[in-house]
Amino acid sequence: MTTLERRTEGQLERRPDGQRRHRYSPVTWVRGGGLTNLVFLLPLLIVFGVFSWTPIVEAVVMSVQHTNLVTPATFVGVNNFVQVFKDPLFWTAVRNTGLFALLALIFGYPLPLILAVLMSEVRKAKGLFSALAYLPVVVPPVVAVLLWKFFYDASPTGVFNTVLHWVGIAPQPWIQNATSAMPSLVLEATWAAAGGTIIIYLAALTGVAPELYDAAEVDGSSIWQKIWHVTLPQLRGVLLVTLILQIIGTSQVFLEPFLFTNGGPANATVTILQLIYRYAFENSLGGNYGAATALSILLALFLAILSFVYFRITKSWSDN
Amino acid sequence: MKSPIKVLLASAGALATVITFAGCSASPGAASNEKVSITVASLIPGSSKEAFAAFNARVKEFEKANPNITLKTEEYQWTGPTFSTQLAGGTLPDVFNVPFTDSKTLLQNGQLADITSEVKALPYASKFNKNVLSVAEDSSGKIYGLPYGPYAMGLSYNRAIFEKAGLDPNKPPTTWDEIRADAKIISEKVPGVAGYMQMTSKNTGGWELATTTYARGGRLETTDSSGKTTVKTDNPQTKAALQFLKDVRWTDNSAGSNFLLDWSGMNQAFGAGQVAMYPSGSDVLTSLVQTDNVSPKDYGLTTLPLTGTGAGVLSGGNVAAVSVKSTAAQKAAAVKWIDFYYIQQLVDKTQTVAAAKVLAASNQPVGVPTLPVFDQATYDQQQQWIKSEVNIPLSNVAPFTSKIFSSPIVPEPNKNTQELYGALDAVVQAVLTDKNADVDTLLKGVDSQIQALVDAGN
Repeated sequence: MTTLERRTEGQLERRPDGQRRHRYSPVTWVRGGGLTNLVFLLPLLIVFGVFSWTPIVEAVVMSVQHTNLVTPATFVGVNNFVQVFKDPLFWTAVRNTGLFALLALIFGYPLPLILAVLMSEVRKAKGLFSALAYLPVVVPPVVAVLLWKFFYDASPTGVFNTVLHWVGIAPQPWIQNATSAMPSLVLEATWAAAGGTIIIYLAALTGVAPELYDAAEVDGSSIWQKIWHVTLPQLRGVLLVTLILQIIGTSQVFLEPFLFTNGGPANATVTILQLIYRYAFENSLGGNYGAATALSILLALFLAILSFVYFRITKSWSDN
Repeated sequence: MKSPIKVLLASAGALATVITFAGCSASPGAASNEKVSITVASLIPGSSKEAFAAFNARVKEFEKANPNITLKTEEYQWTGPTFSTQLAGGTLPDVFNVPFTDSKTLLQNGQLADITSEVKALPYASKFNKNVLSVAEDSSGKIYGLPYGPYAMGLSYNRAIFEKAGLDPNKPPTTWDEIRADAKIISEKVPGVAGYMQMTSKNTGGWELATTTYARGGRLETTDSSGKTTVKTDNPQTKAALQFLKDVRWTDNSAGSNFLLDWSGMNQAFGAGQVAMYPSGSDVLTSLVQTDNVSPKDYGLTTLPLTGTGAGVLSGGNVAAVSVKSTAAQKAAAVKWIDFYYIQQLVDKTQTVAAAKVLAASNQPVGVPTLPVFDQATYDQQQQWIKSEVNIPLSNVAPFTSKIFSSPIVPEPNKNTQELYGALDAVVQAVLTDKNADVDTLLKGVDSQIQALVDAGN
């Protein structure tokens, strides 16, 4: 502000170059294109406001209310949050969601990267491989789950069990057993989602300068050394983003447990989002919407904090 | 000059006011002879063309008799998840049905319309079986719906599979030991078929466990004279019911390989010949024919074995109700439709025969066993009226109908029923999927979980 002189109402400002202009006012704002900007922005603001921000605000309000959306809501303070924490299923859901996220991280996170690197090495029919990899993403999720339900048929004549029989392995219970249900869901979820991530990695791999590989080759690097010392460091920015997206996505897993097992067997696949669904729609007639929104907010807060911490921790790595 | 933002806000405010007033003015009056349009629940999604044809024929008859009322029909299946959101979102039909299990809770929640005055005007209002009508009444006697199609739980079985396994379908099992033995024979002789199975998912596991507990003389909830309800699933009869399931699954290996079955899933499995016996409502044949291609000649129904003091048959049914968001005129039209479609065929000979003829002409089952909505005499009379239209082999359901009217009928648990059933789903699934499931601990957990809800009045 040292270069601008402070003026009283109605005075003109003197800019460093000596020119004078009118002080900011609604008229200058309109003349400067502010109104036009606002009009162009308005559809976006309305859409976001109506479909995104309003529901968020309403959810926050509902989390401290008891309501069935028909009779007038009553304020209940933090009771809904207390109810959620006291529910024994809450901790089961947290454990199950954590397990899903962990298994998806172990098996589902590296797989697309490995496939993308392998596919980038393919000389012929690269498009075909990309299409094949992306195909599961195109299949509607419900159809995919129904398809995999056939695969997971626990009888000896089930698709996977028939294949296992060919190699002398006994039939497996798949989703019909508390121990194997969650890994089975992760397997399907990985199949369904890997294609999207592969495409991202393939795009990122095209951005890696070929000279780096040439230099590594001149230095006598093996293929693994090239991946470790060239590919992965070059992709680290993308890898960091896909990692947090994967964590957020798997923390909100709903479709697979809902359609495959409805949380069973014996609550072995009840996840946080499914518990939210149960609160709102399944058990309490008229809906325990208060507890459902309370748990939603807890999950959102957790993920927001996690993302913040994650980006703080990985900032330096990402920048370098 | 006004700020553009203020102008915009003022415009938006004016628009909202106009919309609000427009909404108010859209509310119609309640004149009885004015043109009124209502949406009514038709059949469950996936029902056959013939079933819809039969339903549409009834709609036309109604509109002819009531020219001022226009009916729009909508496929409908009661589920807790969709009901509350449809109601809140204003997409619920004006006339719909809810199961006995939930009608009390819904009317207490203010989610069903009070139709007392409309019902009291009906000629048979005083003839209802009081116990049956009570599911749609509040404590002050206000009426929120009309019960129809009450059923008792029975044991559905596939006669064709019985024959394949060398069993006599005319002599279905009469004891729990016989059910177990027949199930074992079926699973051994007809590969890929579960001899006996129960529903396990979406609260049906608890529902069927309540059924098999009642059949052994147990109860899941008891209410004392002061009105306090105690949840007690940790009782010998429930444990016996679970032990039976465990034996069928783990000792005999005759429960098949799919242990995550809800109502639709079980009916599909039964229709596909994958399950030979399962506990069901006595009226399930209608749905099995309409959506699962079951042939009535292959269908058999018998009573569940009753053992021990206090043994009874769990009963249920549906309440035809009116949306709380309907206008007065729509409410009046809705009760007319309920009277016409659900009740007249129980009390009026012409209507009863007409309804049965329409069903029979569309190859829909006529003569499916239900329980009386009114007194026994009215029920017997109605059965006589439709006798010539009955198109299911009555001998196939005779093992059920010959015994059920002398069996004690017991209503479902009445406090936090769905939560109780949902919690018991996990116990039933645990028994079927874990050989070493600790039933005692699991049931104690259910008791404390549901008791807390009951005590809190949620």
